[in-house]
Amino acid sequence: MDYRKQFPQLEEKPYGKPLVYLDNAATSLRPECVVRAWEENAFRKNANIHRAVHHFSAVATEAFEKTRADVASFIGAGPSDQIVFTSGTTQAINLLSATYGDVAVGEGDNVVVGEEEHHSNIVPWQMLCRRKGAQLRVLPVGEDGAIGLQELDNLIDKRTRLVTVAHVSNVLGLVNPISEMAERCHSRGVPLLVDGAQGIVHEKVDVGALGCDFYVFSGHKIYAAPGTGVLYARKGLMEDLPPYMGGGEMIASVGWEKTEYERAPRRFEAGTQNFTSVPTLSPALELASQMGRGDLDGITGYMLEALAGRKRVHLYGKPSPAARKVPLFSITVDGVHHEDIALILDKMGIAVRSGQMCAEPLMHRFGVEGMLRASFAPYNTLEEAQYFIESLDRAVEMLSR
Amino acid sequence: MSIEEAKAAIVEELLMYDDWLDRYEYIISLGKDLPGLTDDRKTEDRLIKGCQSRVWLDSRREGSRLFFDADSDALITRGIIAMLIRVYSGQEAAEIASDDFLFVKRTGLVDNLSPTRANGLASMISTIRGIAAEAAGEDGGR
Ligand SMILES: Cc1ncc(COP(=O)(O)O)c(C=O)c1O
Repeated sequence: MDYRKQFPQLEEKPYGKPLVYLDNAATSLRPECVVRAWEENAFRKNANIHRAVHHFSAVATEAFEKTRADVASFIGAGPSDQIVFTSGTTQAINLLSATYGDVAVGEGDNVVVGEEEHHSNIVPWQMLCRRKGAQLRVLPVGEDGAIGLQELDNLIDKRTRLVTVAHVSNVLGLVNPISEMAERCHSRGVPLLVDGAQGIVHEKVDVGALGCDFYVFSGHKIYAAPGTGVLYARKGLMEDLPPYMGGGEMIASVGWEKTEYERAPRRFEAGTQNFTSVPTLSPALELASQMGRGDLDGITGYMLEALAGRKRVHLYGKPSPAARKVPLFSITVDGVHHEDIALILDKMGIAVRSGQMCAEPLMHRFGVEGMLRASFAPYNTLEEAQYFIESLDRAVEMLSR
Repeated sequence: MSIEEAKAAIVEELLMYDDWLDRYEYIISLGKDLPGLTDDRKTEDRLIKGCQSRVWLDSRREGSRLFFDADSDALITRGIIAMLIRVYSGQEAAEIASDDFLFVKRTGLVDNLSPTRANGLASMISTIRGIAAEAAGEDGGR
């Protein structure tokens, strides 16, 4: 089946050129099935959830809770594990930092954060550590972009309260050895949080097999409506945590003397939920399963070879037997500014990302101001990858004369 | 050349090219022709905030006139700042300060540049304006 038809934006022609959308790591395109579901929720099934006794409140509540079950099954979560809906990865991490972090981290403790992390998985921990007088420790990446397990062992000590790392970095595109990391963390009694914003798109996620304690991701990167996000927590980890925000459906009873909170997950879902958008996760995840990988293996092979064959091009995040590469390629070109290339590619109809990509410390690690990133989705084609490479050559030539 | 004449000339030159890539070729060539700044003048205090690429702007006064020099590590940005310099460098501070800078819209560069770039352009403009307003204010107070 031609999945491109599901994504009407692919018919757009910016500046008269067919759109070649290679900024999927920032956000995916939206498929018909998701927008139709959203429309149906808004036009025909609209009601606030968990509240009223009327028909549509029940319908909306059911759709919301069915999505919770669909998400759980998509990532292999068990019936007693927690699935909390958030507005995205960033909110999920902030929620954890404000609840789990607040309880677990005290003065003199430490949190270990990957060097390749997105700012969303750095700053909430930095804020927590400042507040608590705790230490933020950096798990370094090697020259090829891979995380060293030995380094992890060395960083963890008796005062380590959490290790947090991306499943797949949004810059390097390498799959981190999560299950090995989880084993090492657990042998020292430390929980592991995985930022799955990119991982959920390209890897078959089974939280049980990964062995992580928390897994978070955003809906908008995997075809669902923006403003949706998921926080998975292994059973037993969140049940006793204090709430994140107060108000709305997170309470069981409110009195001036004493307020009792709902149990997880609803304890962490304060206020009116995004009941129109959250259920779009169901068709989105179903489509993701159906599409599979498309031609992404062919594209990855082609891109790696094409980039390696260009002397002035440097690729960050090199695959190895220990670190698989997802179809996400961040590069710099000697003597040419990434922003200039991105502006010219834009005029050729190609959407790519340029800049620091919300990973400033990683840019410093590699001694660059920024990079150019092309990130592919299953609806992208090998021809588009070839057009990208040709256009890159043309832009570099224009800028080098 | 007056500010208005310089603006008209640039808009005309740019719009001569139908194709965006040709326009960029032209902007790139403007950038290449810009003398730029020596490294010792690329200092933190001359850096314009709000651009994705780094842009440095230096200014000096000769009587009531202002002269600008600038540089950027990105070529297209360099070309854009070269356009601004062609229009405003050597003009009366008071005239620069009261100019509407709207000609950049007519070049098509604002509508067609990414928001980050448009912000960069906006930062460049507000920096030039700020310098001119300050200089004009000092003149007026003398
Ligand atoms: C690895 C990673 N973490 C976190 C985020 C933040 O996601 P969001 O902005 O959807 O909260 C992103 C997306 O930009 C990402 O790629």
